[in-house]
Amino acid sequence: MYAQMVKSEATNEDPEMLAAFQARIDAGERIEPKDWMPEGYRKTLIRQIGQHAHSEIVGQLPEGNWITRAPTLERKAILLAKVQDEAGHGLYLYCAAETLGVTRDDLTEQLLSGRMKYSSIFNYPTLTWADIGAVGWLVDGAAIMNQVPLQRTSFGPYSRAMIRICKEESFHQRQGYDLIRKMAEGTAEQKAMAQDALNRFWYPSLMMFGPSDKDSVHSTQSMAWRIKINTNDELRQKFVDQTVPQAKFLGLTIPDENLKWNEDKQGWDFSEPDWSEFYEVLKGNGPCNTDRIEARQKAWRDGAWFRDGLMGHAKKAEARRNAGRIAAE
Amino acid sequence: MSSEWPLWEVFIRGQHGLNHRHVGSLHAPDAELAIRHARDVYTRRNEGVSIWVVPSAQITASAPSEKGPLFEPANAKVYRHPTFYDIPDEVGHM
Ligand SMILES: [Fe+2]
Ligand SMILES: [Fe+2]
Repeated sequence: MYAQMVKSEATNEDPEMLAAFQARIDAGERIEPKDWMPEGYRKTLIRQIGQHAHSEIVGQLPEGNWITRAPTLERKAILLAKVQDEAGHGLYLYCAAETLGVTRDDLTEQLLSGRMKYSSIFNYPTLTWADIGAVGWLVDGAAIMNQVPLQRTSFGPYSRAMIRICKEESFHQRQGYDLIRKMAEGTAEQKAMAQDALNRFWYPSLMMFGPSDKDSVHSTQSMAWRIKINTNDELRQKFVDQTVPQAKFLGLTIPDENLKWNEDKQGWDFSEPDWSEFYEVLKGNGPCNTDRIEARQKAWRDGAWFRDGLMGHAKKAEARRNAGRIAAE
Repeated sequence: MSSEWPLWEVFIRGQHGLNHRHVGSLHAPDAELAIRHARDVYTRRNEGVSIWVVPSAQITASAPSEKGPLFEPANAKVYRHPTFYDIPDEVGHM
């Protein structure tokens, strides 16, 4: 997902405090930043929310790539609004992480140095305009699968950020589907572009949910803490079941020969993505890892004089105001 | 790493006649830019008609450990609620 394979941190604290904390979570209470919480809960959340925030920010790059090349002014305005939303999502999430005692600069620094990750999906390129449709339809579609349940997560600021985000995500998915539908219903060449986009984005989208975690201790801990609500396999299955009829409506073919309706489970059987590819992408060897991080590093470097300048101006203006106040007294 | 912009808490009045409500926080170098950033971050879809920003450092919060002493006394004061009083039906609506 936007936060993939988040390792939970071990916790060794007073068992009584831990039990009381777990009871609050089991009762559906929200944990707020100033409440007592296990160190492991705090650290795991910083990692998860931070990774989620970084994904929103880096996720602007593959789409931003097409803003100046959108085919109509309306599509350009839509894409611009969508990418601006993603920046907003990143900001909501950074603020949620900061309530846990990490600074924004620290999070940024960890992204730029590669110590913190972002979702594997954003290391794939957007080669054609149809890819922008596929991203909204599939990538935002997969993100929604994960984000909707997280609105009920136990940590208050995270839950509230998710609620804001979910309100905006539906537009993202719909504009993507609308875009790819226009192409699927267009000329043979346009339809071929739509099919090609689906071919390239299908398996990377399935990878977004992460490898099966039904036996993972980290997932078990995170689920007990309610910072993870469903297993990766559950969400992936839901995503496939939702997407297959949508592809059918478009007249596009999901690139999986083993895709078959399973009457017993009332869901689709499908092929697993190539997990060795997933691990390579996580290691930094995906098609765009280097580009993405370099783009973020450049933006951070190039913006430094501007951030410092505004701060310098603010300090001077405040000093001037204070001097005026003293003179008037 | 340069000096980080300070944190601001953002409050938005959703509609005329309602209170400002806390919606989240953001970083900005000064109050004026905090308002502009709040416009972009928290009101992209007509969520507000007015914005307040307050430096986060200026907020004083009650401690979670004081929850009992602060709020429990109110629990015992049931006579502060209208339902505590029986009014005979004959008296009519009150
Ligand atoms: Fe998003
Ligand atoms: Fe989105």
